[in-house]
This record gives sequence, C-alpha cells and structure tokens, in this order.
Amino acid sequence: MRVGILYSRVRAEEKLLFEEFQQRGAEFDLIDDRKLVFDISGGEDLMATYDDYDVIVERCIHHGRALVSLRILNDREIPTVNSVQVADVCGDKMQTTSALTAAGVPSPRTMVAFTAESALEAMEELGYPVVMKPSIGSWGRLLSKINDREAAETVLEHKEVLGTYHHSIFYIQEYVEKPQRDIRAFTVGSETICAIYRDSPHWITNTARGGQASVCPVTPELNDICVRAAKAVGGGCVAIDVLEDPDRGLLVNEVNYTMEFRNSVQPTGVNIPGRIADFALRVGRDGWQAANN
Amino acid sequence: MAVQTISAVAECPECFGDVELSDVMQNEIVQCGECGIDLEVVGLDPVAMEMAPEEDEDWGE
Repeated sequence: MRVGILYSRVRAEEKLLFEEFQQRGAEFDLIDDRKLVFDISGGEDLMATYDDYDVIVERCIHHGRALVSLRILNDREIPTVNSVQVADVCGDKMQTTSALTAAGVPSPRTMVAFTAESALEAMEELGYPVVMKPSIGSWGRLLSKINDREAAETVLEHKEVLGTYHHSIFYIQEYVEKPQRDIRAFTVGSETICAIYRDSPHWITNTARGGQASVCPVTPELNDICVRAAKAVGGGCVAIDVLEDPDRGLLVNEVNYTMEFRNSVQPTGVNIPGRIADFALRVGRDGWQAANN
Repeated sequence: MAVQTISAVAECPECFGDVELSDVMQNEIVQCGECGIDLEVVGLDPVAMEMAPEEDEDWGE
C-alpha cells in the first residue's frame, strides 16, 4: 500500500499520523503543498505522478489549497481522504449548514443574506444576541457575538468596507445558550469513535482558543446525530462540533474535514490518528464507499 | 519512507535564544521557549529554522 500525505506544516497531528502509517507498514511519501505544481493540462504526466498512490491523505492547513488539490486528484479518480466533496461542504459553513439542514440534522437556526440591510433584518428576526461568522475560516477567527442593533450596524459596516467579497455574504446564527462547553466528536466512516467536552468561560470554546478538553461519553444520541451529520457532508473522517441546547438537545454546529486531535487523544484514550490511518488504508484498498459503510 | 529526525540545540532567528529540538523532522513546527514564536525546521543537516508562515484567512481544520 502506497500513501501520499499532502501537508502544509508538520504539526503534532501529522507526526502522529506518520507514526501510525509506519506502524502499519505502509509506504508513504510526504507532499509539501508549497512545492506542488499540478500540470492540469498534461493528463498523462499528472497521472504518472500520482497514479502510484493507493490513497492520498490531505492535511493542508489552507482550505483553498486542500480544495484545489482534492478536486484535481478526485477528477482523475485518485482516492483521497477526505474526498473533495467533503472538503468543499465542510470548508464553507454555508454549505455545511445547508447540507445538514437539508438532511434533517438538528442545527442552530441560521440565516444567509447578501446585503447589510437584509442581514440586519435577519438579525432582528433571529433576536439578539446573534453570532456572525465568516463562511470560510476556523479556530474561532472573526466570530462576532452581536448583542444589539447598534453593534450589528457597526459590524456589518466594517464587514462591507474592510472585508473581501465573501465577507459580504452574511452567515448569521442564533446564539445558543449552551453550558460553558461544547462537544467535539470524531467520526470515522459510520462510527463516532470518541468525543471531548471543550470547557471555556468564553463563548468561543475552541481548544485553539484555550478551551479545556475532557472526555465526553459517546451516547447513542450523540453517535446518531454525528453519524447523520457525517453522512450529510459526504462521510470520511470528520470532527463535529455539537452544542447542547437546554430545550432542543444536541445541535450540530460545524463539521471539520482536516481534523486536529492532539488534545483529544489523551482524554479519550482513543488512538484517533490510528483510526484515521486505518480508514485511509481501507479507502486505498476497497474504495471510498466501502470504507464509509 | 522512513522519517528522518534529529535532536539538537538551535538558535531562534527571532530572539537568538536556544531552542532545544528533540526528534524533529523536516518542516516540523516548534515553538521557541524564550520568545514563544512559531518556528519551522527548514533543514536537518545542518539544522536550520525560519519563522513559521503567519496565519492566513483560510487556515484551519
């Protein structure tokens, strides 16, 4: 089995994955996305470069680079983990929420608007506080909790004037009065393999922002909603952020396709990189569909 | 491939403090214990480090 690992930086996650592939006796090559050139018009040359890989594992830190690379590889039927479909849907919060809600997966109430005026109307209808997020972005970056109309007007004006065009496509969510934590669950194929609570006194609970990780039991309810969420975005290895609403129960907030797990292995006791490696090898051997069943 | 790693002490290009490298590999990200900046190991023989690229808008999971 020959594996390519497409990466931007070697972080704790990548090192752990390398070790797992090594332990499984898989041959692997590291592909630095900074050095990549895809000759997409030279069909045979491109195929000759990548055709030897049974599977390519995507670990880019840039969503844009991941998406383009996966598109080029999947268009040529080179198996990847995750697939371009999963990356496309998960890398854009609007697409994620649309996929989740179309599949009936409980999620926070969300509105999308294209002008500051209509965004303000949406916020008024949702009722303050609301949360506005860039559609593409991670680690809690540029999230705004907007507590009243005056703050809304200010943030919208800043977005319109200072942001690039995609900051003027407004993604607005109800603010869920969760306990001072959320859940990060890890789904591989059709199984939720483990989950953590991320506790934080701040409303943004990402561990990248200081949230503390502790083990969260995978109840049948949590497993069910996470597996449904994973299926809605196309399957694969994904990390699902779940909010606990006091009245409605579990709500899926986001789904991440190049998951970080360094803070989750120890509290859960689950070998997350090992499970990802096993999944990738299964994709290489049996194909994406079989690995997801 | 076998992943090549090294252990060494190298100088932080930002604060010139000593950074202890333990079993690091090419392109690994390490943090300077003195100034806290993220560094990338860009060479193993001889060991070389550069400041890691700064976070971009589309970075993430």
